[in-house]
Amino acid sequence: MSTTAVPEVAVTAVDEGFWTRVRKTGAVLLGLGVLATVLFGALATGQQARFTLSETEGGAALEINGTVGAILFGIIAAAAGAALLAGVPKRWFTLVLGVGLVAFVLSFLCWQVSAAPEGRNFMPLVNVVRGTFILALPLIFGALAGVLCERSGVVNVAIEGQLLMGAFSGALFGSISGSVWVGLVAAAIGGALISLLLAVFAIRYLVDQVVMGIVLNLLAVGVTGFLYERLMQTDATKYNSAPRFSNWEIPLLKDIPLLGPALFRGNIFLYVGLLLVLVIHIALFRTRWGLRTRSVGEHPTAADTLGVKVLRLRYRNVIMAGLVAGVGGASYTLALYSFTKNMIGGKGFIALAALIFGRWSPTGALLAALFFGFADQLATYLGAIGSSIPSQFLAMLPYLATILAVAGLVGKVRAPAADGKPYIKG
Amino acid sequence: MTNPNPVSGSPDKEPATEAQEARSEARATPPAPAGDTERAVPATAPKQPEEPRPTLGRLFLHNLWAANTVTVTVLAVLLAMLVGAVLIIVSDPEVLATYGYITARPADALNASWSVVSEAYANLFKGAVFDPDAVGFTAAMGPISETLTYTAPLVFTGLAVALAFRGGLFNIGAQGQATIGVVLAAVAGFALPLPPGVHLLVALIAGALGGALWGFIPGILKARTGAHEVINTIMLNYVAVYFLSWIIIQSGVQNPNRSDAISKPVESSAQLPRLLGADLRVHAGILVAVLATWFIAWLLNRSTLGFELRAVGENPDAARTAGISVTKTYVLVMVISGLLAGLGGSNMVLGSTANALTPLVIAQIGFDGILVALLGRVKPWGVLLAALLFGALQAGGNRMQSYSGISLELVTVLQALIVIFIAAPALVKAIFQLRAARAARLQTSLAKGW
Repeated sequence: MSTTAVPEVAVTAVDEGFWTRVRKTGAVLLGLGVLATVLFGALATGQQARFTLSETEGGAALEINGTVGAILFGIIAAAAGAALLAGVPKRWFTLVLGVGLVAFVLSFLCWQVSAAPEGRNFMPLVNVVRGTFILALPLIFGALAGVLCERSGVVNVAIEGQLLMGAFSGALFGSISGSVWVGLVAAAIGGALISLLLAVFAIRYLVDQVVMGIVLNLLAVGVTGFLYERLMQTDATKYNSAPRFSNWEIPLLKDIPLLGPALFRGNIFLYVGLLLVLVIHIALFRTRWGLRTRSVGEHPTAADTLGVKVLRLRYRNVIMAGLVAGVGGASYTLALYSFTKNMIGGKGFIALAALIFGRWSPTGALLAALFFGFADQLATYLGAIGSSIPSQFLAMLPYLATILAVAGLVGKVRAPAADGKPYIKG
Repeated sequence: MTNPNPVSGSPDKEPATEAQEARSEARATPPAPAGDTERAVPATAPKQPEEPRPTLGRLFLHNLWAANTVTVTVLAVLLAMLVGAVLIIVSDPEVLATYGYITARPADALNASWSVVSEAYANLFKGAVFDPDAVGFTAAMGPISETLTYTAPLVFTGLAVALAFRGGLFNIGAQGQATIGVVLAAVAGFALPLPPGVHLLVALIAGALGGALWGFIPGILKARTGAHEVINTIMLNYVAVYFLSWIIIQSGVQNPNRSDAISKPVESSAQLPRLLGADLRVHAGILVAVLATWFIAWLLNRSTLGFELRAVGENPDAARTAGISVTKTYVLVMVISGLLAGLGGSNMVLGSTANALTPLVIAQIGFDGILVALLGRVKPWGVLLAALLFGALQAGGNRMQSYSGISLELVTVLQALIVIFIAAPALVKAIFQLRAARAARLQTSLAKGW
């Protein structure tokens, strides 16, 4: 994390003795579980909480009494916390923690759903899963762009700008040509343009990469906003009416209950996004390119000594990141909405959070993006059932979770060692 | 190794060759001759004093085309406006149409381009500095008043980012700190029944404390756990945004006469007084901003804390060895930085820009503050000048939008481009073939990745 020595010393000093990281996490989880049992249990009503496996109220459903469910899942969460506190084998840590957190969320949901007004006390799981993936999609693309950049040692704060540029050029060229595929290619190139600027200034001119990212975000907001007002607002039919990808249903898979309708009747972006996670994960950890990328991100001098072309690899990775993020931007304008000013609205920064929360790995980033997407979807759902929880606080969740993760309160995250440091061949 | 004379020669010149040159010069001009045979000496004698000491004008010209701070800044602004001009041209269908037959009648295309660009930039100037057609004091001072109104908050956020930079921290959280600042300042402004003067002071202090609190969090996390302040400040920005959008719609804060997200207005007793009468928007915030600049300049360059801060910024390990508490300094830097950003936020609601909280009340002042700090070369008085330029662009941009129909986003583009060119002086140097000088290097190597 940090190059200074004092914080490191402080962290290790705490870790010695009884309060290891696992135990601290366990204590926090135990507290959450007890809180859920007592508070959610008391607030939940005796109504049934229904989790339907469809898009509506009807159909097959999982049902549980609200109070019973809140208390039961609260106790499970507390038990998981107690197990961590008592000390479980290290390889079970993630599993137990996962069970505890899911139980906590379920306890919370039992309370909320049972406390909803009569007739609305059900949760359509298909909608929730599908919404989670749709909302997570730009985060997945953005976080993958971050993985490609940062694993090779270039900090990518410009994800927001790359997504925005992708969305814009996808809409513009898709509209002009009338073809979704031209739009998709243009979107990828648009994102790559921003990342090309990042690469040139960070690698060639050694400008601080965080500074450059921030400035590029503003540049993208400015350029797209300017052209939007000048072109798209004056002649929306010509410049801002891009064709959209239709949904592709995958035979067989689409009939799986719950996951089928939520996942396998989506558009191309969903499939590409999930496929990219897999491809980049394998490429990063199983191929020559991946080994070189990681070594350049951790120790460029050593990589250079062994004959890896550090700068060329960084250029290539940063531009690939731009292509990926550009496609992510197109997932807005070539599938869902027409372009509006600053339409990414901070998703690029949540993607950055997902990248960090997912510990700079593609699969981790996917899980983090899904978690953030779920928080987002939950806020929408709770708003629809008239919950007493302000949606703004749920919207804060991704950011707060990331702060906790970075501060080392819940597990420790560590960036690639050479992330953000320009390499000067010496 | 450093070249004593910044303008002559390339910086990578070896000292050995310099010494050689000195020796060869000495050989070329031998000591005073003794005999009549050396006729050439009197002829070269008057030339000699001219070589080491050129006239002031010559020195000026020599420096003018070197890559020093001022030249690079001016050229960066010019380059940015050039790119802006290209954007204006390509986004104007009528002008673009004339390029269809540029080979047949090139004058058409050039005339059309020139007129649309020059009109836009003329309006930018008229809106920011002076409108020759203005009649009367209010109209004549209008542009300056607007510029200063936009400048004031940027000075605070720029100082906030610059101060943190000097302490080795990259505070991207000025936006969030200003947001919390504006919330507390506004709440203090409409909720507390206080007499004028005291009320304003209390509201300003509330805003500053709000910002300081939001700066303290990443500061203490950095000091205690090593968590990188860039990540944490980015995250806290968004937490602050959602907090703002939540608190606006709470009863007691939301304006009871409105259904949209807007708070009660700040009472007049808590508002910064206007400086040039009620018709002009410039308010006392700009005076506070100048005062803050002076104070930060003193703090950085004259105080013990400032020395420790710079020492930690340059090299934390060395500072620690010298007995400076690095953790304490990190926390203090972030608190003062947040305090400044909070004051900047307060300006947005206690001044004349707005008098009530809305979701977009602080606009982009936090992010603009980063650009201002970089453009001001992270020096307090430089920040003031940079904020003035950005304020002028903002004020002029408004006029450009309403008179020429050029969207305000062009100003964002210009600001971003200026800073890109500033951040890469090597690029500007290469484009204009400037001579090397050491002054133009940007001090951004302070943030070290994650």
